[in-house]
Amino acid sequence: MLDPPRTMSLILEMQQMTKRYPGVLALDRVDFSLSAGEVHALAGENGAGKSTLMKILAGAIQKDGGEILLDGQRTKIDSPHSSLKNGIGMIYQDFKLVPELTVAENISLGNEPAHRGFIDFPQMQNTARSILEQLGENIDPSVTVKTLSVAQRQIVEIAKALSRKVRILALDEPTASLTEQEIQNLFGVIRKLKSDGVGIIYISHRLDELFEIADLITVLRDGTVVGTSSLHETNKAKLIQAMVGRSLEEEYPKIQLQRQNELLSVEDLNTPKLKDVSMTLYRGEILGLAGLVGAGRTELARAIFGADRVHSGTMWLLQKAFTPRSPKDAIAAGIGLLTEDRNLQGLILQMTLSENISLASLQRLTQGLFIDRTKEKAAAGEFMRKLQIKAPSAETVVDTLSGGNRQKVILGRWLMTKSKVLIFDEPTVGIDVGVKYEIYNLINQLAKDGVGIMVISSDLPELLGICDRIAVLCDGRMTGTLSRKEATQEKILRLATEFS
Amino acid sequence: MLSKILDRFGLGIALALEAIIFAVLSPYFFTTDNLLNVSLQISITAIIAVGMTFVILTAGIDLSVGSLVAVVGVVSTILLKADFPFVLSLLLSLVAGIALGTFSGSVAGAFITRFNISPFIVTLALMTIWRGAAFVVTEGRPVWDLPEAFSLLGGGRTLGVPNPTIIMAVVFVLAHVVLNRTRFGRYVYAIGGNAEAARLAGINTRRVVTQVYMISGSLSALSGILLASRMNSGQPNSGLMYELDVIAAVVVGGTSLFGGRGSVAGTFLGSMLIGVLRNGLNLLNVGSYVQQVVVGVVILLAVLLDQWRKK
Ligand SMILES: Nc1ncnc2c1ncn2[C@@H]1O[C@H](COP(=O)(O)OP(=O)(O)OP(=O)(O)O)[C@@H](O)[C@H]1O
Ligand SMILES: [Mg+2]
Repeated sequence: MLDPPRTMSLILEMQQMTKRYPGVLALDRVDFSLSAGEVHALAGENGAGKSTLMKILAGAIQKDGGEILLDGQRTKIDSPHSSLKNGIGMIYQDFKLVPELTVAENISLGNEPAHRGFIDFPQMQNTARSILEQLGENIDPSVTVKTLSVAQRQIVEIAKALSRKVRILALDEPTASLTEQEIQNLFGVIRKLKSDGVGIIYISHRLDELFEIADLITVLRDGTVVGTSSLHETNKAKLIQAMVGRSLEEEYPKIQLQRQNELLSVEDLNTPKLKDVSMTLYRGEILGLAGLVGAGRTELARAIFGADRVHSGTMWLLQKAFTPRSPKDAIAAGIGLLTEDRNLQGLILQMTLSENISLASLQRLTQGLFIDRTKEKAAAGEFMRKLQIKAPSAETVVDTLSGGNRQKVILGRWLMTKSKVLIFDEPTVGIDVGVKYEIYNLINQLAKDGVGIMVISSDLPELLGICDRIAVLCDGRMTGTLSRKEATQEKILRLATEFS
Repeated sequence: MLSKILDRFGLGIALALEAIIFAVLSPYFFTTDNLLNVSLQISITAIIAVGMTFVILTAGIDLSVGSLVAVVGVVSTILLKADFPFVLSLLLSLVAGIALGTFSGSVAGAFITRFNISPFIVTLALMTIWRGAAFVVTEGRPVWDLPEAFSLLGGGRTLGVPNPTIIMAVVFVLAHVVLNRTRFGRYVYAIGGNAEAARLAGINTRRVVTQVYMISGSLSALSGILLASRMNSGQPNSGLMYELDVIAAVVVGGTSLFGGRGSVAGTFLGSMLIGVLRNGLNLLNVGSYVQQVVVGVVILLAVLLDQWRKK
């Protein structure tokens, strides 16, 4: 890839950026620049250093070497405050929202409208509402953030960055948990900012998206720049080659399996969110759950997993009545759920990689009174290899892992449980293309071994690519089930919006 | 390299420094007698600190420990005076004392996990309840005239080592093994790190949290009995402010008040650090008012050291 000529003026130059962590060189003399009114994408495998580069720009961490130039002037950015003062906005991959505060309070946090020293609450609400409207969302600004879904939190995080006047906006995987409609709304906002001359840095593992929104792309691998290129002069295959160092023939490997006997069935399930939902899952089947954000996909998964109360309805597991009253019951019966929010509901951040992976399987790893730690480490190490988790060792504390690698740790936890039914809520969020492929292969393998798999994903091409059937939810009701042959994006979207 | 050493042995080094300073200032400090004396002095609170470590690891707190020491002390000593053969009444008083502590812990656990009340409030209430109860059952008067043999438990020695020191050592070793090698121990850390994630990984978080308070209650009761035996009486005002000493030892030992991080080994070092300091200052004839100031300063320094090493 070659460096294209840059006609516009550079508003940001990061030169020879270097960042060292114990055991890893996260950034090794990385050069990166950005012009006004340009969308510059950053891509690369999990752990390549993308977030690290952005965190330095945002003043969240300190660089070990290199220079930052703003408008050609050498500038010292040593805290989030000084970064903001210089007009740099940042949307973090792992949210920085305060769960106990309201949406409006979060959006204006550190930037509260005040009148004679008192916070102007009506003004705060209005600002929040108008930004959320721009994003095409009707989230109530007065509810607390902890009651929101992951996708809604993502929107609030975006709104927070937009609420300040910025010249440079960095978005670290903003669309990971969003559906098509919300992504389009976000792109609308990005295009508007772009025409206002804001420089935008955009990180995503969804490559199609990059071709839609970005002008330039820089690929990182293992902390170094592989190259920079204009999106017009490259294609997906070349990008993948640059990112993972090899080519992938197909994006979605799929093996055809004979459908086996019934494994799990749900009849007339009612919860505060779901209305009369019925469905069946067969052994060796991969069933997709589609729907818009808030359609009740996660709620269905949590109800089956015993994580939430159920009003009425019956469930059958291998023809036996099944009423889990807690996740513990569900796991004991052979059901696993990978939750969509890896940080709040998944990982124990201060524990090690191997402790996190084994957490739901300790029963099997216990010998008499004690955990068999040799066996534990060996088992965790196996998943570390299979999922290509990038970390110094199985004893690394997960707190220090990159976003995608954290996701893989949770995935490993549920793969280890040897469940009969595995429910994956957004399993590939933030995972790079190379490893996604490996994960699809692992899911196929599980299906082949007779596990019943449910996948919730906002990424429709992914569902179409890997599922045998796709069930669609709309507003808490099941609106239809499509076989692999019948399913198309249009049909799914029609079912997903049946009531709206 | 230096930071790695500090990271592993920071507290140990601080303790060694402290010991060297006192050894230089007082020739008596480094004698076997004195060191055993230190271990005896810290044993009562250190045993409670083990239970507190479990509680704090789950991001909880137990303020009822000091009052439990008192109420268990008086209840056990009253039972000891019952008109039974000595062995029988001793057994009765031990069992009843420990049972009372465990019961208190299970009540705390039930309120915390079933009704979602914060541990601070629940155990604060228990703290007042048990302190009051200790005065009510004794009408404010100490329980005297206990059988001679009872004082051997806390006052006697085995092979030259004070009994409470031996009991403390056993408690620490057991707790260390439980925390590091068993599923229960792993779950304690997991709950403190992220309770919701732990629940969704199939852990019965309510049960584990309740058991943690039961451990704290029963160890407080054990200390209460040992203390009564050492004083050869049941004192309704014993164990006053123990909760603060105990929490200080745990935190100085590097256990995070936010849960999920820490160890009983750290708690042992934390208890020693404070115990050695008190002992050394006594040897140097430093007055008790000044001692309080010095201990406070050292607690601040130790916590600072801990923050600094995490950077
Ligand atoms: N606080 C930390 N301590 C130690 N290592 C860290 C820390 N933060 C990041 N790293 C390491 O730095 C490397 C780069 O991480 P970074 O988060 O920048 O990756 P990324 O490109 O954003 O990946 P992803 O696509 O998974 O988000 C990884 O190897 C990661 O483990
Ligand atoms: Mg990242």
